[in-house]
Amino acid sequence: MGRKASLMAPTPVNDLTPAGNLGPATALVCRECGHRRELGAFYACEECFGPLEIEYDFGGLTRADIESGPANIWRYRGLLPVPENVADTPNTEPGLTRLVRADNLAEALGLQRLWVKDDSGNPTHSFKDRVVAVALAAARELGFKVLACPSTGNLANAVAAAAARAGIRSAVFVPSNLEQQKIITTAVYGGTFVTVDGNYDDVNRLASEIAGEQDDWAFVNVNVRPYYAEGSKTLGYEIAEQLGWRLPDQIVVPVASGSQLTKIDKAFQELIKLGFVEDRPYRVFGAQAEGCGPVSAAFKAGHDVVRPVKPDTIAKSLAIGNPADGPYVLDVVRRTGGAVEDVTDAQVVDGIRLLARTEGIFGETAGGVTVGVLKKLIDDGTLDPSAETVIINSGDGLKTLDAVSPVVAPSANIAPSLAAFRAAGLA
Amino acid sequence: MSTVSVRIPTILRTYTGGESEVKAEGATLRAVIADLEASHTGIAARILDDNGKIRRFVNVYVGDEDVRFADGLDTPTPAGAQVSIIPAVAGG
Repeated sequence: MGRKASLMAPTPVNDLTPAGNLGPATALVCRECGHRRELGAFYACEECFGPLEIEYDFGGLTRADIESGPANIWRYRGLLPVPENVADTPNTEPGLTRLVRADNLAEALGLQRLWVKDDSGNPTHSFKDRVVAVALAAARELGFKVLACPSTGNLANAVAAAAARAGIRSAVFVPSNLEQQKIITTAVYGGTFVTVDGNYDDVNRLASEIAGEQDDWAFVNVNVRPYYAEGSKTLGYEIAEQLGWRLPDQIVVPVASGSQLTKIDKAFQELIKLGFVEDRPYRVFGAQAEGCGPVSAAFKAGHDVVRPVKPDTIAKSLAIGNPADGPYVLDVVRRTGGAVEDVTDAQVVDGIRLLARTEGIFGETAGGVTVGVLKKLIDDGTLDPSAETVIINSGDGLKTLDAVSPVVAPSANIAPSLAAFRAAGLA
Repeated sequence: MSTVSVRIPTILRTYTGGESEVKAEGATLRAVIADLEASHTGIAARILDDNGKIRRFVNVYVGDEDVRFADGLDTPTPAGAQVSIIPAVAGG
């Protein structure tokens, strides 16, 4: 499968030559069997099909190097598989989103210190801009011509926008029953956009098969996945830096494929090894919806493997029934003394409303899942209410209006007169 | 004996001479994989682990059905069925 030079790549590359400039990345290593190979457009271990992880040499990187970098994820470029000059090529410049001190929500839940990492502030309003930016940079170096993905919606937005900004073609595949808001917020960027009559796992399978046919298509979360997934580490780096180069005691992360949770843990571990933060215990918790909770079910049953389910939940951005990183989520939460919990769709809606009413943050359904699970873990005593806690709001509520439209409404509808205002009892 | 069509992922095409789709025979997935091994030596050990189970990061479909939702290796493979072998990756 020789790869032709793309218009983006400075030099021709193919699978048998060393990849282009991927910064501190040095090799690909299988998470399952440890088999090591050179960097390139590989995503599954040739020995056992296991997922491949990036290995690095971070050299003499310092906190000062990071602090002097741009106000986006590229301040962490020395920790990512991207070239040193990555910020100079057109991209959406995601990251460095707000870490909000959530005293009102903390008080409502009986917590002492709570922060919300609000990733709805990214260019296309979800954390997916982070992973796509890294995937785009790596895809350029690997010589791909088209930026593609199967998606539950947020990734679709991010890929279509990033490709538009980079001036390349996008090819996006989503389940046809996706929220209308996410259809529109993908279609508006142009590119090839296909709705598929099936659920996300069906779409993912189709994308994997297309990736086997279209050599120059970079399906960011399939055949560029080892690079793409590293983008989620920036959530962990930012939380630590924004806390003053310190790790939180507890963190609650939504789980779809499970990649975000495992990469936040990887980021914390890297920062410890580099000596950028104090090495102290932290606990990682995963949040799922009851209607798609295969990792939660495996955690509660004490299993190491995750049995796939058919998703049925309003939290469509988390509706991955066959989560590839599920076993690694189990590893992380068990190693750190955390847990994986799930909540009903009604609790998801309550979670969205609670976050909005207490902190003025309108999260999407995944945010509702995370707040719902946070509450459940506090109520059942699993989470320590006296420990500093961070939760991730991974996307914007404007993308999932259907979830709350039946339960929120104006306080009143009145005539444009002071008398009507007084009569309505609103003073 | 039923003949089925098997889609081969890029990572396994070294065993099939670069072919992305091959024919195989067998009334169950287990028999189909055994027949694949007979024609393409070494391929079964890539799909199955040392205990003879489908590897954790391999998804196999008969038609549109993930065999983990059916009868695993005992899933029937009727004549003309499409079998797909796909590395398990999931994104969101």
